[in-house]
Parts: sequence; structure tokens; C-alpha cells
Amino acid sequence: MNKVDKSSLLRSLLADRILILDGAMGTMIQRAKLEEEDYRGQQFADWPTPLKGMNDLLVLTQPKLIADIHRDYLEAGADIIETNNFNATPSDLKRYGLEDYAVEINTAAAQLARACADEFSSADKPRFVAGVLGPNQKTASVSVDVNDPGARAITFDELVADYSVATRALIDGGVDIILIETVFDTLNAKAAVFAVQTVFDEDDVELPLMISGTITDQSGRTLTGQVTEAFYNSLRHAKPLTIGLNCALGPDDLRPYVQEMSRIAESGVSAHPNAGLPNELGEYDLNPDEMSAHIEEWAEQGFLNIVGGCCGSSPDHIAAIAAAVAKQAPREIKNVKAK
Amino acid sequence: MSKQNSLKLSGLEPFNIDADTLFVNVGERTNVTGSARFKKLIKEEDYETALEVARQQVEAGAQIIDVNMDEGLIDAESVMVTFLNLMASEPDISRVPVMIDSSKWEVIEAGLKCIQGKGIVNSISLKEGEENFIAQAKLVMRYGAAVIVMAFDEQGQADTKERKVEICTRAYNILTQQVGFPAEDIIFDPNIFAIATGIEEHDNYAVDFIEATREIKRTLPGAKVSGGVSNVSFSFRGNNPVREAIHSVFLYHAIEAGMDMGIVNAGQLAIYADLPEELREKVEAVVLNSHPGATEDLLSIADKYRGDGQQQDNKEDEEWRSWEVNKRLAHALVKGITEFIEEDTEAARLAAEKPLHVIEGPLMNGMNIVGDLFGSGKMFLPQVVKSARVMKKAVAYLFPYIEAEKQAGDSNGRILMATVKGDVHDIGKNIVGVVLQCNNFEVIDLGVMVPAEQILKEAIANNCDMIGLSGLITPSLDEMVHMAKEMERQGVELPLMIGGATTSKVHTALKIEPNLLRDQVVHVPDASRAVGVAQSLLSKDNKPGFVEGVRDEYERIRVERAKHGKVHKTLTLPEARQNKVAIDWDQSMVDQPAFLGLKTFDDYDLGRLVERIDWTPFFSAWELAGRYPRILKDEVVGAEATKLLAEGKAMLDRIVNENWLEARGVIGLFPANSRGDDIEVYTDESRTEIRTTLHHLRQQDKKKSSQANFCLADYVAPKDSNIADYIGAFAVTTGHKIEQQVAEFEADNDDYQAIMLKVLADRLAEAFAEHMHERVRREFWAYQSEEDFDNEALIKEQYRGIRPAPGYPACPDHTEKQTLWSLLEPGENAGMTITESFAMLPTAAVSGWYLAHPQARYFSVTRIQEDQVIDYAERKGWDKMTAERWLAPILGYDV
Repeated sequence: MNKVDKSSLLRSLLADRILILDGAMGTMIQRAKLEEEDYRGQQFADWPTPLKGMNDLLVLTQPKLIADIHRDYLEAGADIIETNNFNATPSDLKRYGLEDYAVEINTAAAQLARACADEFSSADKPRFVAGVLGPNQKTASVSVDVNDPGARAITFDELVADYSVATRALIDGGVDIILIETVFDTLNAKAAVFAVQTVFDEDDVELPLMISGTITDQSGRTLTGQVTEAFYNSLRHAKPLTIGLNCALGPDDLRPYVQEMSRIAESGVSAHPNAGLPNELGEYDLNPDEMSAHIEEWAEQGFLNIVGGCCGSSPDHIAAIAAAVAKQAPREIKNVKAK
Repeated sequence: MSKQNSLKLSGLEPFNIDADTLFVNVGERTNVTGSARFKKLIKEEDYETALEVARQQVEAGAQIIDVNMDEGLIDAESVMVTFLNLMASEPDISRVPVMIDSSKWEVIEAGLKCIQGKGIVNSISLKEGEENFIAQAKLVMRYGAAVIVMAFDEQGQADTKERKVEICTRAYNILTQQVGFPAEDIIFDPNIFAIATGIEEHDNYAVDFIEATREIKRTLPGAKVSGGVSNVSFSFRGNNPVREAIHSVFLYHAIEAGMDMGIVNAGQLAIYADLPEELREKVEAVVLNSHPGATEDLLSIADKYRGDGQQQDNKEDEEWRSWEVNKRLAHALVKGITEFIEEDTEAARLAAEKPLHVIEGPLMNGMNIVGDLFGSGKMFLPQVVKSARVMKKAVAYLFPYIEAEKQAGDSNGRILMATVKGDVHDIGKNIVGVVLQCNNFEVIDLGVMVPAEQILKEAIANNCDMIGLSGLITPSLDEMVHMAKEMERQGVELPLMIGGATTSKVHTALKIEPNLLRDQVVHVPDASRAVGVAQSLLSKDNKPGFVEGVRDEYERIRVERAKHGKVHKTLTLPEARQNKVAIDWDQSMVDQPAFLGLKTFDDYDLGRLVERIDWTPFFSAWELAGRYPRILKDEVVGAEATKLLAEGKAMLDRIVNENWLEARGVIGLFPANSRGDDIEVYTDESRTEIRTTLHHLRQQDKKKSSQANFCLADYVAPKDSNIADYIGAFAVTTGHKIEQQVAEFEADNDDYQAIMLKVLADRLAEAFAEHMHERVRREFWAYQSEEDFDNEALIKEQYRGIRPAPGYPACPDHTEKQTLWSLLEPGENAGMTITESFAMLPTAAVSGWYLAHPQARYFSVTRIQEDQVIDYAERKGWDKMTAERWLAPILGYDV
């Protein structure tokens, strides 16, 4: 199936039912309790800096572990799985000195997810791969220097260059969707959109775009201060397939903003909340039943087109969510016409 | 689900504009082109206060803020980035959307990379064609901004309803059909122009805008309409109540027609319903252009609504006399009132322990206030010079008492000033001298035409802390380089300030600084900068940092220049000559002059010259920027300009009526033909004997278009065409007797009047040249006897023929003045002489050539190449080095 067909298939499914996105990758990797040498594998055995915690590198050094997590989510009912490359733009990788591996990591992440999705894909239940563009750890609209509010750690142009590299590698690796997620600085996301559209233009391809922002706390604002609708207005020009919110909050705290997004969005709406908030032990509180109960209510209210989980969620959570929304109608999208 | 056609903007908060939205106010104060205060803050990098301006706007209800940094001396791109980044850190400001306003695409693009919200680009247009427009629109879309499209196309700015609608429709179709731009993100600015200007074609401008708006909103779904509202009332500057009434009436109708948003000063808006009925009716008639006399009608009542500010001023005027003496002195200084100064100074002296304390106390305090006001742009140069006059008079009054006590005052430093050898111009130098004295510097002024040796000797003898050099003509640049070399050679370690019309930062960086290593040379672009520069250079603490900054900047200029210099494509001299102006010579196109030879004019009637005065340079001489007459209504300097003009005209009356100046001149018309780039002048019509040869230079830049490589000789028929052609020459002055009058003013400590007189004499000399040119065209050469242009047309030079002056762009070699002198003998005939650097005396003088060919035009010869210099040297009978020295300012290569 070619990309255009895949994309219109996705759009028609979206009009039909609520699609399931996978859950947390980091949480699952944490469960494997990997050590430094596991992260290094053979390829990076002699790497000069510590690599423990560099989860994106695992697509090269522990591909089976990552593939198994993808499979667990596909088994749990995920229609869309996310590539494991959250921090894999060149500037992010620089902290480990790994910037030259950006293309390799992003391509491998895409290929791995692609292979797993294809294993599970059927005519009844086609599976999709969303290539992730993470937020970047540096922000283009917040100062890094308390004495100089005009100073910036990264510029728009640098971000565009970064995201262009990642986008091309993801497309090469065979993703179906580009997912700009966990947006805490909208300017970073605008740079990502700019990069993605420029790559589409230059390489003559086009994939559906999903955008997901992060409301950092109960002030109802992104880290850089925007309320939900301001965030939406800033990114509306990307003409995304869906726009939504993820991370930072559990479903109870996130609900008003998902509701708001559902009210204003002219595209589809997605949500993948955390499994509650971290407790004193750093574990997330909500079990699969509790979490899926919230999501079920959202679906009843007609907020959702795509739903999944973020930090703290597991294949069990996703299975519960998939079951909870299976009978629910998706939110009606007025503008979901194929391009 | 939100509304379909709404324009969805955001800062930290969303801002959606649709048909139900009330009129949207765009804040205009963070715009350097519209706010002198903001410009000053930005120039001084006082971003904290500049942010305050932005914050106040939002607090005052601006729903969007327009940010514009387009100013010649500002690096708009980097300042735009800095300011937007700073704004992003202020939630009180960044909660509203930003309008990125620039005429430069690079600035817009840099701005778009700084805003997380959805902003507006202001603006793009079809001015440079569709390709550019489409490319920019695509990028705007990719950056995620809305866009203002000006009603401007390849033909120009739209003024009629039809043109406005036509251009906007075309732009709309391109954007929505070819680019895929969302219709709701398009905002048209169909151009609001001033009405009631007295020019009939302008009467319908408001109606054109309103009706175009109605049509755009009806036929282009989704599109919004915006505009800069204050333009419409431009002609009523100075009468705010009437302006406000015009704004509110205009908006009332424009909004009703569908105008969505506008750049408006919310403080400049009256409430439509509250307008007095009479005023509203008259304004309505003007805005809607209901009958031809509407403007006259409004003018007849406008003053009634101006408010009684005038009367209050008068009351205040009398009141200050009752204040205590120190306050009176300060007031007199700030207002420049000399009337009571001796009386008040005496009162202060009696109250003070020592006479010096009057200077150090109340007078210096007053001057500090003046300095602060000037520094912050609240006072202008003419006012400061008047303040200085008050100060000088007070000091002169105290002087004998201080002498009696034999005490010297402390000064900020002693500065030696001079106009360099060969140059006679001193208006600018005198202004700088006054400004420095106002700021408590001691100034020793050596006058004009001072050789380097004398400057250095005096500087050492008087223990000066700094030297300031001035020059107006290009050979003075060389003299300044010489001066720097002499300072270096003689080991004089003093900072050097450079100023004057031909001097520049680039010349200082390239030619002077490399020759002066012992101390720092700084170029001072205008009088207002002199104080800051002098203070920095004489402050132990600040000097190192300041000098480092200047050095870095000059180094950057040199590096830039080295890179830049190579970019120009040039032609060889033969190639340039090939590309001369194509003139198909024919005897019928040459008019024979009514007489040949010389004609002298003694004691010419000054009254005939007054109406030919071009006032714009009068204001720039006083460092008030703006074109006359518009400057009189300028928001910032308008009031001061109006006053200055009144005072200038009052003095002009006295100049004319009391014969303060004497105008003399000489013109000559001669048989002439060109030979290559030279023009031969013959003794008589037989054209057999060459009387003298004029040498001209030719442009050598490779031209992009079909333009020629100009040379003045091309406008005179070539010898081998056998066509009898002619050339004219003139030298006129209005400067005789000026010294006497200036000396009187200076004796009276009245620099203001002295400078005013010199400025006016310069203007009269230019007017004399213009007037004489007109007579030449009509009577003496008589090739255009029916011509009857008004002064504006004359200033714009809309007539046939030119009068280029040696030393100026079309014929930049000053030494050609020698040839001109040999033809006209202005020494004998008009009492005019030239110095070794070819500056003319009296200084209020103009000389040049008359060329009558219909195609003759002004141009500028720059960047000539070595082959032309060698050729030119040969023609002039110079060696190459001499040629390079005289042509230094226009050499296109490094010597």
C-alpha cells in the first residue's frame, strides 16, 4: 500500500471510530532495568561518555527489547505506535556526543516500528507508525539566562535544521504519520512544522501530521505560557490531521483542556495523558481500570478521535482504554477532508 | 467549533477576529517610524523603557501590537529579534499577538522566527511583481502568520477605489488559488491617504478607502481590511480636537463599510456621538467629500475647536516672573529668554556668596536641564542654541565680577576646534562649539582655514584635552588625514573628533584611524552626538570601553569594506566610453545664446531671491529632519520648526530691508564642443582657438539596465559633428558684508543669530543660483523662454538643462573650479575668491556649469578605476599621484 492510500485509509478510519495510540515507551524500558553496558551494546562499548538513560540509542543496541514493547502495545490493541526516538535530533544527541548518529537512530526507530506494525497489520485492523518529533530539550522562546531575558539556547533556524534531519530519516524508515508531540514551547513546534513542510515540499512527499501539546500544570498553560486556544491558533496553519494534548497531567487534571481543544479544533482531536501524577516513589498512580474510566467518559462526551497513554501507562492501560472506547463514536470532524 | 471565517491570532491568549468582533485597535507606539520616543529608546538600547512602552499600550487596550524597527541607523533585523525575544519574556505584553512591521523582508522573516503565537506580517505587496509576492506569501504561511497585503502593485500605490479593489482582488486570487493561503488570514490595507490637503485630487481619498473596503468585504470572502488611521487627518497636525473628530467620523463610516482593524492611537480618538454638531457636520462633509468647498468650510471653523492652549501659555508666561530667582534663571535658560537675564543674574549674584557660584549653581543647573532635555529628544538644536545665548549673556554679565575675584571655573575639559586648511565652512563647527559649551566644555575656536601646524601648536600651548576638526568640501578629508599623520609624527597624544558634511564614519575608519595610533579618532555625525563622544573620550573611567567599541566598529567597517569593494563590477574606460549617452546630434537641437561672453551682476536685489529659497536644507542645517512644508506639521519637531521658520523669515526681512548682505554674480556663455570626455571652450564662434579645456570624469560601474555610463561632456556636441554648441558658467554669492553683521552678533554673545544669518546667507546663495539659472534659460541663453515653473517645480528641477558644480557628484574634481575661475574671473567681477582647496569665499556662494541639452541630467561619478585616473592625469597634465590625491574620495581602488 502506498503512502497516499495509507493516508486516506487513516482518514476514513478516523471518521469511523476512535483510534488507539500506544502508551509509554520510557516506562516500559524502565521496567527492563537496563545497565550501562546494555545501553552500550557492542556498537558503543567504547563510547567515551556514559550512555545509560539514552533510551533512543536502544533502537540500535537493544532492538529486540524495543520491538517487544511495540509488539506488546500492538497486541493490546494500538492502531498507531510511536517510534522510539523522542530525543534523537542532532542537537539533543549532542549531549552524548552522538549527533552524527541522528540519521541512523531515527531511521532505525522508524524501521523497527514499521516491521512490528506490519507483523500485526490486517485488512480489518491496519496498523500505523507515527514518527515522533520530540520537543527538543532546548527552547526557542524562553531565556536560559536569568540576567538576560532576550538570550536563547537555540534558534528557530537551528531547530529547523534539526527537525529536517529527523523528518527525512523517519520518512526513509517508513513511517505513516509525523507526530510533533509533548510541545511545551510552541515556537519549537512551529520550527518543526516549518521543517516538516519544507521536507515534504522538497522531497515531494506528504504525510498526515499529528500535533500534541503539553499543558504543564493546572494553570492551564504550556510551559511558555499559552492557553489551549492560543496554542491551537499558533499551529492551525500546519493543517494537522489531529491536534491534542499529552503528558504532564493525568486524565482528571487534563480533562478541561481536552474539552477546550475539542470545542475549538477544526481537525481531529487526540489525547494521551499520563497515568495520573507520579507519587513519592516516582510511580504513576492510576491503574488501567481507573485510567480507562476517565477516557471512557471523554469518549462519551465526544472529545476524542485518537487516544492513548503517556508516562506511566503500559500495554495493560492501553488494552483497557481500547476496550472502553471500542463502542464509542468518534468526535465528528468537520474539516477532515483528504488533501 | 469556532467560526469558519475568523482570523485566529494568538499571543499567550487567543484573539479571534470575525464579523462580530468590534473594531480592533492595533497599538502603534512600538514603531520607530511613528514614535520619536520609541526610536530614541531603541537607538540607546534602553530596552527596559522600550518594553514599558509596549506594556502601556497593551494596558491601554491595544489588542495587537505593531513592532517596527525600520530606521536607517538601526540594525533593524537584530533589533527586531532582540525586542521580540524580550517581549516574549513579559507575559503582560506577549499575551497579545504581534504585528511584525517592516518594509524589509529579511526583518520580517527574522521576526517570524521569534514569536510562538500567531502574528501578522505587515506587509507584503505586488509592488515587485507576482513571483516575489508568491514566494513571500508561501513563507508567511509556512511560518504560520496572517498577512497584511498593501494595495500596491507594479504600477504603484492605489489611490482610487477602482485601483484599490483591482489590486486587492488580484492579490486575493493569487493567494487563495495559487498559494493556498487561507482567505481568513488575508488582511488588506487599501491605503489611507491624507484628505483636506488643499489639493483637489486628495478630496476623495477617504471615500475611495471606505468604498474600496465595502467592495472588498463584499466580493472577497474571508478577507479583512485594515489601515493606518492617523494618516487621514495629517493636514490638521497641531489641531488635535479636529484630528480626533476626523478619525472618529472616518472610522464611523469605514467600520460601517467593513473595516475590521486599524493602527490607531487610542488617545487620539473622539467619541462620534460626543462631537459638537457643527464640527461633526463639517468633518463629515470633508470625509465624505460631499461638496467642493468642504475643506474650506472645515478650515474656517477649525481654529474654534483648537482649544485655548494659547491663552494658557500666555498666563504661564507672565507667571514665571514671580518665581524665586534660581527658578527664573532655569526657566529663562530652558525657554531661551534673554529679556530679563541681566536683571535675574544680578539678583542671583547679590544672593550668592561669590559670583562664580551663580555659574556653578543656578546657571549650570539650568544648562543641565537643557542638556537632559536635548539628550532625551525633548528639545531641539535651535532651542539649545538659544539657551546657550542666554547662558553666554549671563556669564558675560558676571565676568567682570569674577575677574575681580580672580577665580577660574572648572570645566569638563578644553577642546580645540578648527575648520581645516583650505576650507571655510563653519556653521556646523560653530553649532558643535555651542553645544559643547552648554555642557561645560571650554572651547577654543581657531576659526576657518587653519593649517595643521597651527592647530597642533595651539592645542599644546593651551593645554587642550582634545581636538575637533571640521570640513565641508571633499579636499578637507585629505587635510584631516594629513592632520592625523602629523599628530602621529609629532607625538601629540590627544583624541580627535571629526565632523562636517563630507566626513563620514567610513572615511574615518578607512583613512584616518589607521594613521592615528596614539589616541582615538571618532567621527561625530551631528551636533547632538558631540557631547556624548567628548564626555566619553575625556572620562578616565569610560574612555577605554568607549575606545574599544569605536575601534571594533571601525575595524568591522574596514573588513566589510574590504569584502564589499570587490563586489562592484566595473568597466574599462574604453568600455565605459562605448556606453555613453546616445545622442543623435543635430544642429536644430542646439539653441544659440542671446549673447556670448560675460555678464556681471552687482548688488542684486535680494528681494527677488526670497521666493526661490528651498527651505528644506534650512531645517537640516539646524538638524531638524524633514521636508518643508511637511516638517511644520511634524508630530515631533513641527512646533519648533514652525517657530524656527518664523524667526528665519523675520531675519530674512531685515536682511533684505536693511541690506545686511550684498549679492553679486557673474555668468558667461561660450562656444564649446566636446572632445572625448573633455569640453573645449573656444575664444569665438570661429571655433579655431581653444581658450581653455574642461576635463570631466565618466562613470565606470557596470550598469545593470540599459543605462549609460554618464559623463557631462556627452551633453555637449562633439567637435567632429560640426555642430556649433555652447556651454555656460556661473559664480554667484550672497555673502558680501556678512562678516560685519556676524561680528556684531558675536560681540553680543548671540550665536543663535550669528548662525541663523549664515544659514540664511547660504540659502540665499542657492536661491540666487536657481534664480540666475532661470534667467539664463529664459533670457540669456533663452532656450526655454515660455517656461513658468513654480518654486516647487524648480526645487524638483523639472526644467530643461542642469547646473552641476565642480566638486559635486557629476563633476567631482574640485580643481576644475580653477578653470571656471579663469573663464569668469569672479574675483574681479563678483568679489569671489577660491582657497588652495578650492573652497569659495565668501562662503555663501555657488558656482558651476550650465548645460542645456534636453537629456542633460544629474548623476554621480564614484568608484573610478585606475585606467581612467591615468587618462585623466594625462589630460590634466598631472602625474598619477596628484590625480589620486585630488580624486581620492571617488577612487574605486586602493592606492
